[in-house]
Amino acid sequence: MQPRFLQGFWKLTWLETKIFTREPMGFVATLVMPLVVFIALGRAFGVAKPVAAPQVDIPFNVAILAAVLIALSAVQSLVAIISIYREGGILKRLRATPLSPVTIMGAQVVVKLAFTVISLSLLMLAGRRLFPGIRQVNVFSFTAAVLLSTFSILSLGFVIASLVPTARFAQPVGAAVLYPMLALSGLFYPVDRFPRALRAFAYLFPTTHAVSLLNGVWDGSGWGAHWVNVAALLVLFAGYTALSTRVFRWE
Amino acid sequence: MPPSTPLVTFVVIPVISVFNLGKRYGRTVAVDDVSLEVFEGEIFGLIGPNGAGKTTTMECVEGNRVPDKGTISVLGLDPRRDANTLRQRIGVQHQEAHLQKRIKVWEAVDLWRSLYTRVVDSDTLLARLGLESKRDSWFMNLSGGQKQRLFIALALIHEPEVVFLDELTTGLDPQARRAIWGLVTGIRDRGTTVFLTTHLMEEAERLCDRVAIIEHGRLIEVGTPDDLVQKHCPERTVVFTSDDSNVGGRMQALGPVERADGGEVGAVAEGGAATYTIRGAGDDFVTDVINIIAREGIRVRGFRTEIPTLEDVFLKLTGHGIRD
Repeated sequence: MQPRFLQGFWKLTWLETKIFTREPMGFVATLVMPLVVFIALGRAFGVAKPVAAPQVDIPFNVAILAAVLIALSAVQSLVAIISIYREGGILKRLRATPLSPVTIMGAQVVVKLAFTVISLSLLMLAGRRLFPGIRQVNVFSFTAAVLLSTFSILSLGFVIASLVPTARFAQPVGAAVLYPMLALSGLFYPVDRFPRALRAFAYLFPTTHAVSLLNGVWDGSGWGAHWVNVAALLVLFAGYTALSTRVFRWE
Repeated sequence: MPPSTPLVTFVVIPVISVFNLGKRYGRTVAVDDVSLEVFEGEIFGLIGPNGAGKTTTMECVEGNRVPDKGTISVLGLDPRRDANTLRQRIGVQHQEAHLQKRIKVWEAVDLWRSLYTRVVDSDTLLARLGLESKRDSWFMNLSGGQKQRLFIALALIHEPEVVFLDELTTGLDPQARRAIWGLVTGIRDRGTTVFLTTHLMEEAERLCDRVAIIEHGRLIEVGTPDDLVQKHCPERTVVFTSDDSNVGGRMQALGPVERADGGEVGAVAEGGAATYTIRGAGDDFVTDVINIIAREGIRVRGFRTEIPTLEDVFLKLTGHGIRD
C-alpha cells in the first residue's frame, strides 16, 4: 500500500507539467526572462570573472542575479497558478477527490523545481557560449544550491498565495513581496553593511541566505562555509510551510 | 445471536440523515437548523433562493465543510471522520466549478480514474454523456453544457452510491439544461441516489422525487412536488374563449367568472369571442368546468388550465418570489 500522498502524485505532476507548457506566456516568462536578463546585463556589465581577476568594475554578480530570478519567477508562477486555481474552484474540486492536500501542492512544487533545473541549464549553456571567461563553477553544486533556494522561497510563495485576494492581484502582490526581498538580499549591497535592524530583517527572507550560499558556491568556499545559510533556508522553509498550512485558503 | 434481535425488521435506513445542522461564517448564519433525510434511489432536491444555505448544507453533508453543530450521517459514515472512505462512495459536482483551462477531457477523466479503487470504463462513460468527440479538447474550449457534462462524468467515474449536484444547470441555455435533466434522471434510474440543489423551480419539479424548501438557513417544507402544490396551492384556474351568449350565467354555479375585456360576462362580445377566467379549488374543479361546458353545449374556441407550480408554493410560503 503506497502512502496516501503518493496516490495520484506522479500523474498529477505530469499533468500539471503538460498544462504548464501549454500556457505560452507563463512558459516563456519562466524560461526566457532570467536568460534575457543574464545575457543583457552580462553584455552590459560583464559576468563575474574568476576570483583572481579584479572585480571592481562589476556592480554585482550577474550569474547569481539570473539564478535568483529563476527562483523568483518560479515563485511568481506558483502564486499565480494557485490564485487562479482557487478563484476558479479548481483547488476545491481537486480537494473533494481522494487526492491529499499535500499531493495537490506537492505536484505544483515539483513542476516548479523541474522548470528551475531546465531554466538553469539554459543559463549555464548561455554562459559558456557567450561569456568564455566565465568562472567554471561546479554545475551540480550550483544547481543544488539554486534548487534548495527555490524550494525555500516557494514555501514563502504559499504564504503569499494565501494573502492574494483574487487572481488579478497575484502579480502585483507577488512583486511587492519578492522584489524588495531581492533588493535586501545582499546581491547589490553587502548585508553586513546594512543598519542592524535592516540586517536582522533581511535575514528573515530566504533570498538573503540563497544569495549568500550561491556566492559561496561561486567563489569556491563551498557548502561547509555556508552551513548557516543552508540551515536558515531549511528553517525558513519549515516556518513558512507551518504558517501557510495555518493561513492557506482553498477557496 | 443476541436475544433481543427481532427476526424481521422493516426499518428503511436513510442514505443521508442530517440532524440540527448549523453553520455560520463570522456573524452571518448560513445554516440555522436543518434536519433532513434522503432515501436510497431518490432524487432529493434542496431548493431555495441564492444565499438560503443550500450549498453550505450540501458541502457539510459531503464532508467538504465543517459544521458548527449538528450530526450528519452518509451511508452510515461520518463525513468528516470517515472522509477517505466516504470519498470512494460519493460523487460531487460543485457550483460554478472549473478545471485547469488547458487540461484535456481525457486527461481529467484519466486522473480521476487513477484516484478511485473501483472505476467505470472511460470511453463508455464519455459516450453516455455525449463527450466522446471532445476527448482531446481543452477544458476552456468546452461549452457550458459540455463542462457540466464533464463534471457529471467525473462525479460518476467511480460508480458512487450517492451523487451531489450543486446548481447543475445554472447559466446553461434551455436546450443544454434539458439534456442535463435527462442525464440526471438516468443516474437515478441506474439506482444511484441523487442529492441536488437548485433555485430553478421548474428544474426541481421536473427532476425531484422529493424537495425541501430552504430559506434563511431553515427548512420550511419537505415533500413531493405534487404534494406540496396540493397542500399549499389547491387553486385551479380555467381560461377559455367562447363566442356564445350568457357564458357567465351558465358557469356561475362553479364560482365567479371574469371576462378579459372587462365586458359584461352575460353579454355576447362585440367582436365575436371573449376570453373568460374562472377560478376554483381542488382536484375536481377542472372536471366540473368541462362537465358544465359539455352539458350547456357552450361553443369553446380555446381552453387552457393554470395549475399552480412549486414556484407558487414558494411564493405562498415565503411571501416573495424565488428571484426577488
